[in-house]
Amino acid sequence: MTAAHSVLPTLAPLLPELILGVGVLVLILYGAFRGERSVEGVNVGALLLLVLAFFVVVAQPAGMKVTTLSGAFISDAFSRVMKGLVLLGSAAAILLSRDYFQRARIDRFEFPVLIVLCTIGMMVMASANDLIALYLGLELTSLASYVIAAFHRDDLKSTEAGLKYFVLGALSSGMLLYGASLVYGFTGTVSFPGIVSALHGETAGLGIVLGIVFVAAGVAFKMSAVPFHMWTPDVYEGSPTPVTAFFASAPKMAAVAMTVRVFIGAFPDVTAIWQQIIIFVAIASMALGSFAAIGQRNIKRLMAYSSIGNIGYALIGLAAGSEEGIRGVVIYMIIYLAMTLGAFAIILSMRRRNEMFETIDDLSGLSRTHPVLAFCLAAMMFSLAGIPPLAGFFAKFYVFAAAIKAGLVTLAVIGVVTSVVGAYYYLRIVKVMYFDEARAPYERMAPGLRIVLAISSVVVILFWLLPAPLVGAAGAAAKSLF
Amino acid sequence: MIGLSHYLTVAAILFTLGVLGIFINRKNVIVILMSVELILLAVNINLVAFSTHLNDITGQVFALFVLTVAAAEAAIGLAILVVFFRNRGSIAVEDVSMMKG
Repeated sequence: MTAAHSVLPTLAPLLPELILGVGVLVLILYGAFRGERSVEGVNVGALLLLVLAFFVVVAQPAGMKVTTLSGAFISDAFSRVMKGLVLLGSAAAILLSRDYFQRARIDRFEFPVLIVLCTIGMMVMASANDLIALYLGLELTSLASYVIAAFHRDDLKSTEAGLKYFVLGALSSGMLLYGASLVYGFTGTVSFPGIVSALHGETAGLGIVLGIVFVAAGVAFKMSAVPFHMWTPDVYEGSPTPVTAFFASAPKMAAVAMTVRVFIGAFPDVTAIWQQIIIFVAIASMALGSFAAIGQRNIKRLMAYSSIGNIGYALIGLAAGSEEGIRGVVIYMIIYLAMTLGAFAIILSMRRRNEMFETIDDLSGLSRTHPVLAFCLAAMMFSLAGIPPLAGFFAKFYVFAAAIKAGLVTLAVIGVVTSVVGAYYYLRIVKVMYFDEARAPYERMAPGLRIVLAISSVVVILFWLLPAPLVGAAGAAAKSLF
Repeated sequence: MIGLSHYLTVAAILFTLGVLGIFINRKNVIVILMSVELILLAVNINLVAFSTHLNDITGQVFALFVLTVAAAEAAIGLAILVVFFRNRGSIAVEDVSMMKG
């Protein structure tokens, strides 16, 4: 028994990833053998796999904190919460995609397969405990993402989005790797606990500083934080809309999880170096997210700038560097996931006779033609603007409170000011829906869209009634990192 | 005697060339793919040099992973380039510009 143990690592903490990994291989085979007729089956199968993995993640013992694969993979409360969010985001992406792809006549079985592969990569990112695992998770996510950005392969915009995403993504992976190689060289180890003990009590040399800067550039790209955001609006606009919804939800969770894991998990003793970077990135992202979105007419581009701004707010919590700050980041990401998925469910339902509409003017008078839809979108927009008692207010409240407690008052003030600027374009959408001339009604929403919209609306509107479970989970997640 | 710093300098130069190649190049997307490879090779030189210097095998393992992933990345990049070429009829960098703003 002991001999077997020394050869085979403990696999129990890897169970969700293994389920997805084995399952996705079965789905590929099924799709390859049955061809075009397998689309429905592969979609249902992928959805079931993601739901199963979600329940396995939830069922893992709450206080568990174990490493496996020679310390490369860690399963703790933080990784479990972020994996849960990733799995929900991916499952929602499959639900949102069904109807759209059928009508665009690009419903192929590769899409759910790629989503599941991407999800495995994101889960590894959330659980990575050394630089190699981090890189492999990141690349699995990125490679699958490049392909699904170009998924509508006969469409010029979609392939252009895929190409742009690929070029800039490869550049950012290169920067992250270069930083990782410097960190390895100057600490002598790739494992995060090893890096912590190598840096403990030492003054960081130039090599470490350069390494941290390059790693920060790489992760900032993946989160689409300023100054590495330039791909976001183009990729969001060009990709098929369900793919945009996916990019705005699950990979953001994984990227933020990875960022928190790297900075809190590997560099807690050199906070002074990365805190300045994170503060700068947070301020720049919030400012760009609010000002650049004002002139946008395409709602997908608007959501791209909105996501850039939201990452800025989430990073305020990381800049605080405290347990409370990380709790704020996790709460922010939970609520951001609900708001984004809800908004995209409505964007995807803007359709008349197979033609999709995606400008803000197309929303005009929505309150008369589709009162429920308009009410839900208004709730999402008020929430994104941070107006109480909707969930978005609490998301911002927790990160700002953590920043003030950590002495970053200026940062919190800038955050409040930019969120007021941002409120302008969110509220303009509400104004267009409620006070402008009504247009012809859209078609009925597909069932998948209804499910996603219903769940996210409930979270966004009723969060204030019962915040304890989510805040408690976020608190446990933050606690496991310190 | 060639030491660690020489290897690091070569890697830094290659890395810079790769990044410049992506940003300065105005002609052809294939050149961008080559620049990406240059960046990854610079990283590999770094990793192997550090690995020898530290007498630690991890760096070389990391380099092998980077090589493998780089191959997959190039394959996907070329595939996307092919579908883009089918739609656009060109792979000049200035033609990758439908969306702006």
